[in-house]
Amino acid sequence: MARYVLLIGFFIFVGVFALVLDRMGKGEYNPRDIPTEFIGKPAPQIHVPRLFDAGKTVNTDQLRGQYWLFNIWGTWCPECWREHAFLNELKKAGVPIIGLNWRDERSEAIAMLNQLGNPFVEIGFDPDSSVAMDWGVYGAPETFLIDTQGVVIAKHAGGLNPDIWQKKFAAYFERNAGSEQAQ
Amino acid sequence: MKKLSSLLCIFLLGFSLASQAKVESREFANEQMEEDYNTLVAELRCLVCQNQNLADSNAELAQDMRSKVYSMLNEGKSKTEIADFMVARYGDFVLYRPPVKSSTFMLWFGPFIFLLIGAVIAISYVRRQSGSEQSGVDTQTRKRAHSLLDDE
Repeated sequence: MARYVLLIGFFIFVGVFALVLDRMGKGEYNPRDIPTEFIGKPAPQIHVPRLFDAGKTVNTDQLRGQYWLFNIWGTWCPECWREHAFLNELKKAGVPIIGLNWRDERSEAIAMLNQLGNPFVEIGFDPDSSVAMDWGVYGAPETFLIDTQGVVIAKHAGGLNPDIWQKKFAAYFERNAGSEQAQ
Repeated sequence: MKKLSSLLCIFLLGFSLASQAKVESREFANEQMEEDYNTLVAELRCLVCQNQNLADSNAELAQDMRSKVYSMLNEGKSKTEIADFMVARYGDFVLYRPPVKSSTFMLWFGPFIFLLIGAVIAISYVRRQSGSEQSGVDTQTRKRAHSLLDDE
C-alpha cells in the first residue's frame, strides 16, 4: 500500500515537472519572471527628458481617456530589435505607445529608430534607470498597458508578438478602438 | 592529467576573480551611513542576476540601484525607507530576507515540510524493513527455537 502511495507520488512529481518544462518551452511560464507591483495602481510619472528633444520632458496627459502602452527598450537589447517590427504594426493600427529608451546612448537610439522606424508617440531618455526603477523594470523589453484612467492594468516582460498581443492586450483595444486592430 | 588539473585550477581561479564585482568607491559622511549602505546592498537582490545581491552584482541595473541607495542615504532617508522604496517597485522579491506572510509561507517553511516528509518516508521504510525480518520466521519455528533454548 505504502509502495503504491510512493509510486503515485513519484508520477505526480514527474507530471508536474514535465508540465512546467513544457510551459517554459512554449514561453508561457518564466521562472525568473517577477510579478509587477503596479497592476491596479496609478501609472508612475515618466519624468525624464525626451530622446529627440532633451529640452522637454515626456508628457502622458495627452493620452488620458485612451488605452496606451509603455514600452521599455534599448539598442543593446536583441529582443527589442526583434519586436520592433511588431511595434510598428501596432502604430499603424492606431495603438499609442510611449517609449522609454533605457541605459543607452542617445545617438545610437536615434540611429536605431532611423533605421527601423519610430513606433512611439513620445520617447523618454533614461540612461541611469530613474524611470525604469520607478516602474519596477528589471529587463528589456517590457511593456505596460495603461487604461483610460491612467491605471496600469497589464504588463509583459519580453518581446511583443501577435500571439502575446492576442492573449494579453488585444481585447482592450478592440473595445476601445472598434475596427482598428493590430494584425 | 596534470595538465588538465592545472587548467582546471586556472579556470577556477579566473571564475573566483570574476565573481568579485567591481565596487564603486563611495564617500560617506559618517560610519553609520556606510554601515547602512553595506547592509542594504547586501540584503537587496539583484533582479537581473537573481542569485546575487546588489553588492556582488556587476549588472547595470544593480549598479543603478546601488547609486539610488547611495543617493537616498545622502538625502537622509533611513534604511527602512529605502527598503520600502525598493519593495514598492519590485515587491518582496527584492529582499533577500522577505517578511513571513501567506505569500512567502512556502519559501520559509517549504524546506522543513519536505524534510518532514522525507523523515516520515525514511522512518516508515526502516520500520518495514525490520518488520519483514521478524515475519520471516514463522511462529512454529520460533516456538521450536524457544524450546531448544529452554532445554539448555
